[in-house]
Amino acid sequence: MRSVRACAPMLALALAATACSTVGESSGSEEPGDGATPTEVVLVTHESFALPKKLVRQFEEQTGYDLVVRASGDAGVLTNKLVLTQDNPLGDVAFGVDNTFASRALDEGVFAPYDAPLPEGAEQYRLPGDEENALSPVDNASVCVNVDDTWFADQDLAVPTSLDDLVDPAYEDLFVTPGAATSSPGMAFLLATIGAYGEDGWQDYWASLMDNGTQLTDGWSDAYQVDFTQGGGKGDRPIVLSYDSSPAFTIAEDGTSTTSALLDTCFRQVEYAGVLAGAANPEGAEALVDFLLGPDVQAALPESMYVFPVDASVELPQEWAEFAEQPTEPLTVDPEAIAENRDEWLREWSDITSR
Amino acid sequence: MRRLLALAGLAAVPLAVLGVFFVLPVSGMLAEGFWADGTFDPGAVAEVLARPRTQRVIWFTVWSSVLATACALLLGVPAAHLLHRRRFRGRAALRALLLVPFVLPTVVVGVAFRELIGEAGPLGFLGFDGSAGAIVAGLVFFNVAVVIRAVGAAWESLDARPAEAAASLGAGPARVFLTVTLPALRPAIVSAASVVFLFCATAFGVVLTLGGLRYSSVETEIYLLTTNLLDLQAAAALSIVQLLAITALLVVTSRLRAVPDPTLARSTARPPRVARGDWPGVLAVLLVVVLVGLPIAALVSGSLQVGDGWGLDNYRALTTEGSRQALLVPVTQALVTSLRTAVDATWMSLGLGLLVAVVVTRRSRTRTERRARSLLDGLFMLPLGVSAVTLGFGFLITLDEPPLDFRDSLLLVPIAQALVALPLVVRTLAPVLGGIDDRQRQAAASLGAGPLRTFVTVDLPVMWKPLLAAAGFAFAVSLGEFGATSFLARDDNPTMPIVIFHLIGHPGAMNYGMALAASVVLAATTAVVMLLVERLRVPSVGAF
Amino acid sequence: MLSVEHVSVSYDGAPAVVDASLRLDDGQVLAVLGPSGSGKSTLLRAIAGLEPLAAGRIRWDGDDLAGVPTHKRGFALMFQDGQLFNHLTVARNVGYALRLRRTPDAATRVQELLELVGLQGYGDRLPGTLSGGERQRVALARSLAVQPRLLLLDEPLSALDAELRERLASDLRDILRAAGTTALMVTHDHEEAFAVADRLAVMRAGGVVQEGEIAEVWRAPADPATALFLGYARVLVGDAAATLLRAAGLPAAPAVAVRRSALVVADDGPLRGVVVSGRATPGQIRLVVDVDGVGEMDAVAQHGSHPAPADRVALTVDGGRLAVTPFGR
Repeated sequence: MRSVRACAPMLALALAATACSTVGESSGSEEPGDGATPTEVVLVTHESFALPKKLVRQFEEQTGYDLVVRASGDAGVLTNKLVLTQDNPLGDVAFGVDNTFASRALDEGVFAPYDAPLPEGAEQYRLPGDEENALSPVDNASVCVNVDDTWFADQDLAVPTSLDDLVDPAYEDLFVTPGAATSSPGMAFLLATIGAYGEDGWQDYWASLMDNGTQLTDGWSDAYQVDFTQGGGKGDRPIVLSYDSSPAFTIAEDGTSTTSALLDTCFRQVEYAGVLAGAANPEGAEALVDFLLGPDVQAALPESMYVFPVDASVELPQEWAEFAEQPTEPLTVDPEAIAENRDEWLREWSDITSR
Repeated sequence: MRRLLALAGLAAVPLAVLGVFFVLPVSGMLAEGFWADGTFDPGAVAEVLARPRTQRVIWFTVWSSVLATACALLLGVPAAHLLHRRRFRGRAALRALLLVPFVLPTVVVGVAFRELIGEAGPLGFLGFDGSAGAIVAGLVFFNVAVVIRAVGAAWESLDARPAEAAASLGAGPARVFLTVTLPALRPAIVSAASVVFLFCATAFGVVLTLGGLRYSSVETEIYLLTTNLLDLQAAAALSIVQLLAITALLVVTSRLRAVPDPTLARSTARPPRVARGDWPGVLAVLLVVVLVGLPIAALVSGSLQVGDGWGLDNYRALTTEGSRQALLVPVTQALVTSLRTAVDATWMSLGLGLLVAVVVTRRSRTRTERRARSLLDGLFMLPLGVSAVTLGFGFLITLDEPPLDFRDSLLLVPIAQALVALPLVVRTLAPVLGGIDDRQRQAAASLGAGPLRTFVTVDLPVMWKPLLAAAGFAFAVSLGEFGATSFLARDDNPTMPIVIFHLIGHPGAMNYGMALAASVVLAATTAVVMLLVERLRVPSVGAF
Repeated sequence: MLSVEHVSVSYDGAPAVVDASLRLDDGQVLAVLGPSGSGKSTLLRAIAGLEPLAAGRIRWDGDDLAGVPTHKRGFALMFQDGQLFNHLTVARNVGYALRLRRTPDAATRVQELLELVGLQGYGDRLPGTLSGGERQRVALARSLAVQPRLLLLDEPLSALDAELRERLASDLRDILRAAGTTALMVTHDHEEAFAVADRLAVMRAGGVVQEGEIAEVWRAPADPATALFLGYARVLVGDAAATLLRAAGLPAAPAVAVRRSALVVADDGPLRGVVVSGRATPGQIRLVVDVDGVGEMDAVAQHGSHPAPADRVALTVDGGRLAVTPFGR
């Protein structure tokens, strides 16, 4: 009994601590017992995933399953997680593996075949080489060089239009891009240059790019928000690597966009959804893939995830329709070649850019 | 035998936690690297180590971390003196402010730093952007608080009389410091230095953001190899390098930390006011304030910018879900999640850390026992030195089967954060606990006090300040932790750093402004919590 | 009653106490005397339960104490430097154990204890403001507070200056007597032991070499080394011992320990010698004399006589200042 008084302050602290802790709450993801009907669908995705609550409720009402979202890391992290855990998958559906990583996942047998009915116009986004149609394209966004039109107008300088222009001395020290090794759009830009100059020509192009004062940053936010003249931090570089949709976010008071995307410099990233091999709830998984391809989710994609839907019939938000122009003929690299050479290309790229 | 059993008993809980949530996942990832395609192939791992790039990366990691640690010590030790041994107005506020960098997400600090030193920034003329100097400055920015707090906690209750005795024997201030004060502080300084070194050596965002991709450290390399290339052999090779390096570091520091007599006389005298002789401390504090204050000021001014004018719009927007519902939850809700997670991580790391500190500082009777204790001491430092990526992936592949099916558990995030904070807690508490004369405990025991009562009588009165300091650390670590959290967090319950990362990762002036405003809120919350914690008194301490 | 039976203690394999046995009856004060490194403090700590035994047994009233932790033994331990709790006032220090036991009227008892050690009115002071002697008195009062069945004193006076030590030693004796406390005191100072204890145990190299009534041990040290440690100036053996004993009128023995004042210059003394050196002290003159058939010895002379170096003098032997000891060991 004597020690009770000694413990009292500690106990009080501990109680105060638990009162506002997260531990006490139930996780809401109890595993169903063996043989029981699954009651939930688990979606494994990357950290950029966002879906309005209204749509989540809609899915749950339509199918009777609870939707559990496990979101973390970027597309690369997601893919590698799926590969490493394929014997005991993290969930039922994966969304967010893109065309630069998809081959790795397919080669490793992460996905179970499920040929979901695609919406109008989505067929063109199929992953080349995905013979079983295990992956369904859900959205796309093209990585393009963006320019600050107001800056060029102020400087009386012609706006660059092509990859070639970026190595023109007239545009020295004006370009900033996230690095290919550390950033997903950065990698896409490297692929764009490989698509444009070939597997043996891109190295010289990058050497010239670096000679022309190109600045590399860690990630997209550094390049766009800090160094780009139209970013949040008002930097001093008027050419930046960003997305085809970015001009829709730089609308001035007069209702026009201050920036534009150079549509001849684009590499298209398509994000896929697929049913995971070994899913605990394959029916629910298929229902979720269907739902992601349905008109409601497709319509919500631009607002919540900053990407274009694959469904051509979906009406885009007004700013998007007006200012976010998609490339008609993006630069391409075969997904198999990406899977095979990613390591080698990144190593070469690192050598060139850190010289 | 009984003593060893008692030792094992006390150590059992922390050991079990470390085993399940650290040793198991990391060995799982290493195994993936060594057993490529099912066959044991250590040669491939060795081959990676022979690559010139690997060697360059290791060399950069070592020298930048050593330099940053040295700078953090040079600034932090004098600053600790002023902030913990002298009395002046605003001292508590200043102490809290200096802890703020600790919680800021690297991505935001990177932005704040680069707004200052970038080509277009006010300090752009220095040409600092993208240099190794910027990386070192960033590392010091993040870690100087560790030195100030850990050394300050030990310094605070140091008996001034030996120093006065030395002065009366004709020693000047510098000599007194070198011959009396420094030896007494050595365990704390070495502890802080080893923690800072590990933080620097495993820094991720700072190296990439401020180094402009020209520099790679072991940590960034592991990240690239694991998340992008899925080259687990190479990642395993570098993880082995990390583990070996930490082990070497721990051996060196335990030698340096060992003092013939760790017992320190304690005093609770009121600190004197600042005097002329305190100029090194004043200078260091000013430098630290500039280093820490400028980026924070840039952050605050950025958060107040609305279009071409000023306003609080960004702050008002924090209760919404972003200009285009970029977030599933309002930032305010993320703040609540962050605070709750931090409370969990704090009590976990304090509980575990206290046990570990008690176990490692009790006097050893035999050489075996001494070895066992120092081994334990080192073991709990390991989580600091191993890449968050390795740990994160390891969680997924090893904690997926009952009875260790934790990978979807809500506990995983606070546990991961507690593991990161644990070495800080141990290193803050252990020097102080080790400094208590064991005979004090024996005196209490011989008067009839049981182990718990003895702890309350003897240890707690000396410990509560360092304990609060450690709690502050753990809380701050948890609030700011991004690496492991981003691996584990679930989107329906994101923490503040995750939300900030989200906001700043999307175009739109509003999102950018909100990201900065959210960072300011996170920083301010931390500062307030720190201030409250420092004001806490343990009311019953004097009662026994 | 405390009994220590064939106890051994080692530190990391190195023996500190070897096969030590002791007995202490209730109400008695035993001093364990030994040079530093003799293992006496280790033995004390083992009795307190702070060191595990490598061999042997420690019993109280016949009950084996193995497995009884320190705080349940009911033995109070008082350290050389007191080990007061610096954050607690004097009164709270003294009352510490009383509060642990929820003793009613603790405050009164604390007052009594402070009075007992001569520190009335010190209750609200903090230990940091006390002198060394006062701190030890507080430590003593704290140890006595709950009337421990055994009080263990580890060099309780050695941190104090000579004058204070002498005064506190006699105070300590009185306080222990008044409280009827059974106590075991470890010391390296034979005068302190003599002033405080009833019984004496001498330790050397980890073992107990002699134990007994204090006067008894004094009169008959177990061996030459013990004799020297107890304050005897020299130990003579063989012919020298025989010559001296004969001069004192005592039966022959293989060895004899001699106190400094055993030889006195006197004209009718049976021994003869040559003065080697002399030094005056307030009470007497101290000489070193080369005694015929014995060798160089200490001796004393009364003031008024003026033996100078190289003078021949006659000496008598005070048999009460000799101790016959067994030869060697």
